[in-house]
Amino acid sequence: MCIAVPGQIKSITGGDPMELRGVVDFGGVEREIMLSFAPEAKIGDWVLVHAGFAITIIDEDSARQTLADFDQILGEADANGEPH
Amino acid sequence: MKYIDEYRDADAVGRLADRLATEVTRPWTIMEICGGQTHAIVRFGIDELLPDGVTLVHGPGCPVCVTSAATIDAALDLAARPDVIFCSFGDMLRVPGSKMDLLTIRAGGGDVRTVYSPMDAVGIAQDNPEKKVVFFAIGFETTAPTTAMAVYYAARENIGNFSLLVSHVLVIPAMEAILSSPESSINGFLAAGHVCTVTGYNAYHAVAEKYRTPIVVTGFEPLDLMRGIYACVRQLESGKYEVDNQYARAVRPEGNIPALNTIDRVFEICDREWRGLGTIPHSGLKLKNEYAGHDAELIFNVKPVISAESSVCISGRILQGAAKPPQCPAFGKQCTPEHPLGATMVSSEGACAAYYRYRPSHNRKE
Amino acid sequence: MTEKKIFNPVCPIPISDYPVVLMAHGGGGTLTGQLIDKLFMAAFDSSQLEARTDSALLTVDRNRLAFTTDSFVVSPLFFPGGDIGSLAVYGTINDLATSGARPLYLSAGFIIEEGLAMATLWEIALSMATAARAAGIAIVTGDTKVVERGKGDGVYINTSGIGIIDHNLDIGPACIRPGDVVMVNGDIGRHGMAIMAARESLGFKSRIESDAASLSSMVQLLIRAEFEIHCLRDLTRGGLASAANELAATAGVTIEFEEPKIPVDEAVAGFCEVLGIDVCHSACEGRMMIILPETQAPQCLQALKNHDLGRGAAVIGRVTEAASAPVILVNAMGTRRILSMLSGEQLPRIC
Repeated sequence: MCIAVPGQIKSITGGDPMELRGVVDFGGVEREIMLSFAPEAKIGDWVLVHAGFAITIIDEDSARQTLADFDQILGEADANGEPH
Repeated sequence: MKYIDEYRDADAVGRLADRLATEVTRPWTIMEICGGQTHAIVRFGIDELLPDGVTLVHGPGCPVCVTSAATIDAALDLAARPDVIFCSFGDMLRVPGSKMDLLTIRAGGGDVRTVYSPMDAVGIAQDNPEKKVVFFAIGFETTAPTTAMAVYYAARENIGNFSLLVSHVLVIPAMEAILSSPESSINGFLAAGHVCTVTGYNAYHAVAEKYRTPIVVTGFEPLDLMRGIYACVRQLESGKYEVDNQYARAVRPEGNIPALNTIDRVFEICDREWRGLGTIPHSGLKLKNEYAGHDAELIFNVKPVISAESSVCISGRILQGAAKPPQCPAFGKQCTPEHPLGATMVSSEGACAAYYRYRPSHNRKE
Repeated sequence: MTEKKIFNPVCPIPISDYPVVLMAHGGGGTLTGQLIDKLFMAAFDSSQLEARTDSALLTVDRNRLAFTTDSFVVSPLFFPGGDIGSLAVYGTINDLATSGARPLYLSAGFIIEEGLAMATLWEIALSMATAARAAGIAIVTGDTKVVERGKGDGVYINTSGIGIIDHNLDIGPACIRPGDVVMVNGDIGRHGMAIMAARESLGFKSRIESDAASLSSMVQLLIRAEFEIHCLRDLTRGGLASAANELAATAGVTIEFEEPKIPVDEAVAGFCEVLGIDVCHSACEGRMMIILPETQAPQCLQALKNHDLGRGAAVIGRVTEAASAPVILVNAMGTRRILSMLSGEQLPRIC
């Protein structure tokens, strides 16, 4: 539906939510993007960026949990002796 | 890249597919509503890893595909005007209206510009006060807040030469249109993770309940997709129909409140014609009256036109998940990415384009 | 051939396609191919053109010569890793080199827009001179035209080149055989993304530098080492995907790439994700495919890696009998997909 790419906030400028901007790094490519929809974002946070706006802050704990859940699901499979 | 590479672990995806195979007892049909997911599924061959019983069908979640030919014709008219700079996301430029596309208008002298963000179009308006700058506001709830902010900002800063040609669409009315269609064979939904970053998923509970269909909020990487499918099948196998969030790193139940507030401030709900699907009530967004000064339809007095669509093309049925691209007689013949006949071939995200681009054999069994 | 009408008053491209030329016709993808096939080939009708090599291979008094031409329109004129001047020299040298020729002489034609700063033109000329000297080629003839302000992007450059084939190897698409391996001399897609990042209108900044370079010394090294090279092809606009599709179609084979083995710089990969662009469609200006028998692959790879421009070389695929598509990509998941040519113009996607 929409391309949204994870990037890390390097700097933040502006106080008014409508002027709130940050420079986001996408693995070596940077762009100034709007932080109006992620006003609580801090430098170092990872955000998903769509059409020049941060649309959500990526939650590190949930991200880790997702990967841990996999290990659990796959661990169950292994414990049951199923082939993989 | 962080948050991408670790979700492309081929070994884990394969093992999860194997695990899924051990739990499937009956055939299930699952629709991924989002075109970006269709793209990723076909790009990574996720559907080919699935056990025989699980079939994915591709929904109408490509905003470029579903923008009506009439709206595109209006865009072409505006873009051809000498006093207009017409700004658009890149993928909209190739989409034909009833006769031609924006690339052809540009070749004919129209000032058509590709921008990365709607805010860039506002900047172009500030830099070109003698011109009227129109931004083609397409997209679902993910994109709507970005165009809403552009117009809100333009209004606040008195940038009077900036306007939007609005063709925003909403996900839930489309899902309901598909679920209530007699042709529907959908057992479960993968909800589009990026739309849900904005909308949240509280509103999905009523849909899951009403149609007794599980809805799983799903991300875009191979491991996310496999996980969404796995969670959906698990529900189906145990007779559940709940809303489940498998994209928790990005999606909160309530969504993005500042983004939703910005949409509400600027837009109101309207009926919208979808290319290939027809008009769906309450399925679109249009500018509120107080933003009439930034509404390109009003400023340029755009007349509604009925545009004819190809009679061969079955994109409407493909968008509803009732048919797959290779079943269309025009697929790969009269209809290719260079010369698309219908909605689903026009964007590289469309189901037909994804099949055309990525499938080694277009005649493989479906 | 004699029956063929040489003059056709109706444009052979069906009007249902595009009645006017689009930017996409110059994008190196399907529309470019269509323009060449249906319009220029139809009009010019020469056996050398039919060979579809990057350079025409000509025999003059028993000397085998390669002859090629290329025009350069790039905005901005200066970009990280190069400029239009060095690009114009390398581009033509690379077309000669990948035909197996040793480049000898170059021409340079300039179409300059009124108002271009003399200092800018000087900088471009110096850059061409430096590039030519480094590649051991002489610029021996030229032409200058000036067009009115607003009718050109500062400067356009055309270069033509002549090289000599002074070995007995037969290098070209016709020599490609099933079982051959395909290598590339380094990471792909950098030039295209460097240009995209340098465009102010998109608003990005990056450390991505163009890969623009002369491939001549590397090709000469491989030839002197007597590797049994079947085909070389430099990757330019349209990227790996377009070059591979052209070769596969001409040779009547399928090229199968293993996606995880294709080298891509992290920043290039990131930028491609952001813009929704397939890195295999992104342009290169200092990369080539090397196609040769499998038995020679390990030594050839080592030889490449010993060269400055080949440190990132890798075996990325192999040639098979013609299968369901000209080019197939096997991804990390082990599933297969078609790698098609760039379709039209490369446009950043939103969805």
